[in-house]
Formats: sequence, C-alpha cells, structure tokens
Amino acid sequence: MSQMTAEAMKDDLAWLPKGRQLMKGNHAVCAGAIRAGCTAYFGYPITPQNEAIEYMSGALLDVPNGIFLQGESEVASINMVMGAAAAGRRVMTSSSSPGISLKQEGISYIAMMELPMLVMNVVRCGPGLGNIAPHQGDYFQAVKGGGHGDYRLITLAPASVHEMAEHAHLGFELACKWRNPAMILTDGVIGQMMEPVDLDAIPVVDWKKPDWAMGVNRTGRKPNLVTSIWLDPEDMAQKHLEIIDKYERLKAAEVRFEEYMCDDAEVLCVAYGSVSRAVMGTVRKLREEGMKIGLLRPITLWPYPYATLRELAKKVKSVVTYEMSWGQMIEDVALATRLNPVPLHFVPRHGGLTFNPNDVETPLRAIYANPQNSDTLWEIS
Amino acid sequence: MSDAINELRAEVPLPQEGFEVVYQRPHSLNDTQFTYCPGCQHGQVHLCIAEAIDELEIKDRMIGMAPVGCSVFAYWFFDFDFISCPHGRAPAVATGIKRADPEAIVLSYQGDGDLASIGAAEIVHAANRGEQITVVFINNAIYGMTGGQMAPTSLEGMVTSTSPRGRDVSIAGKPIHVVEMLSTLSGVAYAERTTAHDPKGLIKTKKAIKKAFEYQMEGLGFTIVEVLCGCAINTRRTPKDSAAWVGEEMNKVFQVGVFKDIKEEG
Ligand SMILES: Cc1ncc(C[n+]2csc(CCOP(=O)(O)OP(=O)(O)O)c2C)c(N)n1
Repeated sequence: MSQMTAEAMKDDLAWLPKGRQLMKGNHAVCAGAIRAGCTAYFGYPITPQNEAIEYMSGALLDVPNGIFLQGESEVASINMVMGAAAAGRRVMTSSSSPGISLKQEGISYIAMMELPMLVMNVVRCGPGLGNIAPHQGDYFQAVKGGGHGDYRLITLAPASVHEMAEHAHLGFELACKWRNPAMILTDGVIGQMMEPVDLDAIPVVDWKKPDWAMGVNRTGRKPNLVTSIWLDPEDMAQKHLEIIDKYERLKAAEVRFEEYMCDDAEVLCVAYGSVSRAVMGTVRKLREEGMKIGLLRPITLWPYPYATLRELAKKVKSVVTYEMSWGQMIEDVALATRLNPVPLHFVPRHGGLTFNPNDVETPLRAIYANPQNSDTLWEIS
Repeated sequence: MSDAINELRAEVPLPQEGFEVVYQRPHSLNDTQFTYCPGCQHGQVHLCIAEAIDELEIKDRMIGMAPVGCSVFAYWFFDFDFISCPHGRAPAVATGIKRADPEAIVLSYQGDGDLASIGAAEIVHAANRGEQITVVFINNAIYGMTGGQMAPTSLEGMVTSTSPRGRDVSIAGKPIHVVEMLSTLSGVAYAERTTAHDPKGLIKTKKAIKKAFEYQMEGLGFTIVEVLCGCAINTRRTPKDSAAWVGEEMNKVFQVGVFKDIKEEG
C-alpha cells in the first residue's frame, strides 16, 4: 500500500487499473469496474468470490472518493448499494449463491426504484449450502427476476477473465442507460482462474452524478424521491406499463451472443459461461474431423437471444444444450425453438462437477450420428 | 383530499396589515395534511423534526429514509429528498447514502417493528460503525401499519392481535430496550429517550432531535432519539387514554433520559 502511495505522488492516475496483466477473474471484474467509474463497493465474504471483496477493500481506498465497506450481511450490503446508487454512485456488490438469495429483496426494490447497480454472482452449487464448486443452478433466479415482482435483471455471462473486466464496464453502461440493475452471472472457474487481461481495452468512465440522484440540494431543485411504492393500483399500473415498455426496447437493443461455426452446422450446441469454453474446444476438434457442428454462446442471458436461436435452429437437425444444472437454460432453448420442433438434447453436469472434454464429446458424437439419440433427448415435462 | 381544508382556508381572511407571522408551518414540511390516525404521534414527531431542521437551516442538506410502517409515506410530508427503504434496512441504506454524499444530513425514521425486530442487525452495526446519521425511533409498543401485532417493545402482559392473552415473557421475552443497548457501543455519540404523549415531552423531543442533528453536523458519530408514542387505534383506546397510557405504563418500562452523550463524557 505504501508503495502505491509513493507511485500516486508521481502519477495522479496511479489508482487506475491498467496494462496487460495476468489476473484472476474475480480481480479482473473489479479492475474493469473501477475503470468504468465504479467508486463504491459493499459486500460480505463468501467463497468462491472472496478475491473480489478483498481486491475492492484495497483498491477503492486509492480511488478518489472511493467507498469500501464490508457489510454485516448480504442483506445489509445490498441495501447499502441501494443507498449509494440512489445517491448517484456507480456501485457494485458481489456474492455467491446463498448470499445472492439474501440480496433478492433488495434487488427487487432496486429494480422498481429504477436504480442502476452491478451485482456479480459467482455461482456455487446449491441448493442450500451445497458446495463451493462451479455450477449454473442460479440461471432462473438471475434471468427470470429472482426476488418478488415482475422485474428482470440485465444478465451477462462472461466466458473468460478478460470478458469479466469487459462485462463490468458493459454492465454499468447498460445499467445506467436503462436504469435497471445488471448482474454478472459466472462461476468459480471464471472467477478463480488466471488469464491475461488487457485492461487498457476497457474504457475509462468519469461518472457524474445524474440529475435524479439524491444528495445535498445545491440548486433549489424539487426534492428527489426514490421509491418502489405506488399505493393506488392505477398509478402502479402506469408505472408497470412504463417499465414493460422499457424492457421491450431493451430487449430489441441489447441482445448479445457469439456464433461459432454455425453457418453450415447440422448440430447446434448452446452453452454459456465457462461451459461454452469446454464445448467450443470440442466443436473445434470435431470440425477438424469434418463434423458439421456449431456453437451459440449467449452473452446476455437476459435479454436472451431467442430470435437468433430460432433462426439457427431452423437449419440444423438437432440442438444440444450443455449446462451445469438440473435443466434451466434448456427451457429458454425450448421457448426459442417452439415453432419449429427440432429434437432438443440436454447434457448436464451435476453436484459441482465440471465438463471434461469427454463429457462434451461422447454425447455429441452420439447426437451427430442420431438426431433422436434417446440418452440425451429432452422434452418439456 | 384536502379540498375541504382548502375551502376553509379560502374563508379565513389573510393576516391584515400590522400583523406579523409568529408561528407557521415549518418550511421543511409540505403544505399537506398528515394521514395519521387520531391519537398517533407520528405527526407531532414529524413536526419536531421539521422545526429542528428549520432552526438549523439544513433543509437543503437533508436526505430522509422512510421505513416500512405507518410512516412509509413520510416523504409526502417532508420537503426534501427521500428514499423509501425495505423493512428494517433504513440504517444500511442510510450508510450507503451518507458515505456517497458525506455533506448530506441523513435522517433514518423508523418504527419499533422496523428497527428493533426485522432490522435489529442493521441498527446495531450502523451504530457500532459510528455512522454519521440520525435515527428517530418511534416506539409505540406495537406494529401499527399491519394492524396491531406484538412488537419487540410490547409491554409484559400487553394484549395485541398476536398476543391475545397478553405478552407472555416466557414465550416472547421481555420488551427490548434499544437506546440502553445501543449506548454501550462506542460508535454512538448521542442516545436519548423522550416521550411524545404531552407538550412537555414534545419540547424535549424536539430539543433531543436538534441536538442529534448538531452532533451529526459536527461528525461526532451515530445519534438516536427514541420517542415513546401511542397507537390509540390498535390499542383500542381513545386518543386521550392512549396518551395517558404512554405517560404512565410505557414510561414505567422505558425510562426517558439521556443514555449517551459523548460531549458529557468529555
Ligand atoms: C419484509 C417485510 N415483512 C413484513 C412486512 C409487513 N409490515 C409492514 S409494516 C410492518 C410493521 C411496522 O411496524 P412498526 O415498525 O412498529 O411501525 P408502525 O407501523 O407502528 O409505525 C410490517 C410487519 C413488510 N412490508 N416487509
């Protein structure tokens, strides 16, 4: 820290994370967030995201007007985030599954208050205390709302450490543009592994307090109110319609995905986050053998790339969803393909087990040979 | 809603020349009617807060936390920035706001269900950290908004809608003494309990709240004023009997006075 201070005297921007660095995902997300103008963090320790809260506990002390506080619980932390967001800060929190469950009440309020903020869920295996291994069992919680009420979270699924930094920036940009909370949904694979990150590629944002934010009233403006309550159903209905309209515009504008070798594919794989990397490796390998296989990697899980998936699925003989869960994103795949019933296959990993190359390849070969492969065939039940 | 009042006002002649205004609605309150029930002291305590703010000339720096409870719409009445917080979480929201805008004067207004039950962790830790905020804690010994259920502050033997045979301390424990408990924490600069059931109590309440704001302005730490109030409707009393009950029964269990004053300690 003292070294940092000495550097700071030489360079006003010593606090700014920069350069090409070998980093953990949980560090990269924080470095990206600080470049994106994040000046406040509130959180509570939980594995496998402790590197994030630990990074912020030091880094934010050097950021001008930086705020770091370890809250007494996830419940308190998300409400501190609410306060700082209402006061116009770019603010973030991070946690893992059990902690994210505790934050849901606050996230619901924040969504209805239309406050921007960024929350990262480094998902671990549940339900309950579960274990700390990577998992994707919080997909529904993230993309279908999570807390009470009808809201949605802008949900980003990074697949590399560099993308963790990128998504911190993207998450804040989208959250502020649409005044809606954003979530980075990842797991311990991405959170804890180390990869090179080009921090200079992450835009630096000098965030200014917006007009709607609360704070010392220096201009004699009317009081700013941040609330989620409209007692009269007529008023509430009006508010709902405004947010529904916002969500429709958001869905039309912000869908992001990566297509990998999809053009002439006969089998389309769908996977996100760390799982997409295992699948991508296998697709590349089988392509070398001449097998026509492609991968769609959703980058935004909400809004979901339904339209792209629908079009791609028209051209293939079968669609395979790889997921570390009991079956969650597969339901969105089914929604996307409901009008052109192509055989759907589901290849899960359970209990915190990750995909080894064989876990991807063996079923994929079987499905390629037989689009009706009964071992993996999935139907809504 | 206030049509009748406005009509009445129209009939009342404006002050003639030679008159001067000696008493009026505080600037920190909006020109609107309170929506509280007869015999409830939320309104009087709002008035105490508003007068203290006016006297300190800090209205432009004020940010209020509205709790979940009867005062959920406190922002209808106060004329400054407000946020309506989840049940019990106002001290955490206030923490985020005050740290984000340290020049602001932050008021967390909370009931006893909100502060002493569901929000017990948030208030203890905000106090312990010495958050530079002022908490006005309305102890009416009952859950008002949800219709009169037992609160952590309900008196021993007190009949409520969830203690129909009276609060049995072998089941529910004894009423919790918030300011006594918090005053043991080093982050607390000022902790006082007052009562709002009579004019004398209200004068002291206003003084205490003003002092708490002053301590916040000086950056001395966490400040809290617990105010004993009545809930006539839910205790099935007339406003007069309710006030008397606060003065007699509540005062016996919850002693008024200063429990912590960092300046007196030297
Ligand atoms: C999480 C949650 N639990 C319960 C409620 C329901 N609820 C609304 S007000 C209230 C009690 C408020 O009582 P108190 O804090 O004593 O304030 P008063 O209404 O007496 O002023 C409760 C339990 C809620 N809104 N949110």
